[in-house]
Amino acid sequence: MVGIVIVSHSKNIADGVKELAEQMAPDVPIAVAGGTSDKRVGTDMGKILNAIENVYSEDGAIIIFDLGSAFMNAEMAIECLDESMKEKIKILDCPIVEGAVTAAVESSIGKNIGEIEAALQSMNLGKMP
Amino acid sequence: MSIQGKKVIQVLVKISEKIDENKAYLSELDAAIGDGDHGLNLNKGFKAVIEKIKEDDGSDIGGILKKAGMALVSNVGGASGPLYGTAFMKAAMSVNGKSEIDMSDFSKMLEDALEGIKMRGKGQANDKTMIDAIEPASNSIKHGIAQGLEAKEVLKLAKEAAYKGVEHTKEIIARKGRASYLGERSLGHQDAGATSSAIIIETIYEALN
Repeated sequence: MVGIVIVSHSKNIADGVKELAEQMAPDVPIAVAGGTSDKRVGTDMGKILNAIENVYSEDGAIIIFDLGSAFMNAEMAIECLDESMKEKIKILDCPIVEGAVTAAVESSIGKNIGEIEAALQSMNLGKMP
Repeated sequence: MSIQGKKVIQVLVKISEKIDENKAYLSELDAAIGDGDHGLNLNKGFKAVIEKIKEDDGSDIGGILKKAGMALVSNVGGASGPLYGTAFMKAAMSVNGKSEIDMSDFSKMLEDALEGIKMRGKGQANDKTMIDAIEPASNSIKHGIAQGLEAKEVLKLAKEAAYKGVEHTKEIIARKGRASYLGERSLGHQDAGATSSAIIIETIYEALN
């Protein structure tokens, strides 16, 4: 199953989104990267890297984020990975709550990254810089 | 002008001190149109930079800048982490393995840093960001070198161009970052990222004078 990484400036938001998504899709690998390493509001490349490694499998992983710098840190985290992993990780444009829940359900029924991305298309917010 | 690795470390220490001195001011600017943590964040980041590089032997300036970039990414919580981090890491590339650098090296470093920032943040001039201080400074340096000006003069003009860019940010609406959510309310306010960039450029000028 495609793993899901939830990145938010707020640990509470990331944890809460995971909680909701897990209710709908209890078997999907979901990891969070919320807040900074010193527990403040912000995002952290290291946390994102850890989260990716926690949920990554042959099926790859998708990253769902809240605002601007979350995307930048997610991009930098992906750049740190092996070439083989990089190709199977995608950052997706969607509202963090609705997108994560939809993605989790799609992943739980065996959809791949491309199919999940297509399922989220009607939710695109144009938030990718 | 020839700068050795140990001098680069000294300059970074001075930058960290200057950021510390200005952290309240930078956070205040950021509070007006952002999330109010720019000064605190950057101060934490540069303190981490100094911890990482203070014992460096200075033989590889690219190595020093790369360490600085990575320390910034890991320790600066806002958008400045990835942006300044990428800037330093890209600047490092053309001076990898070098134990001393001259003005034309510095010009390339700044140019690469600027490209890195634009790539990372998908920003451009007039977005009301750090680019609005760094781009004029970089252009001014290229111009100064082409005119055959002395290093000190080139850096002085770069500092002036950076601060002019900072002033200009008051006249434009933010198109990036938290401030972009404020739209017209961001008019009249000075951008914190442009300000910290200008402070850094000014510190480089003062340190090499």
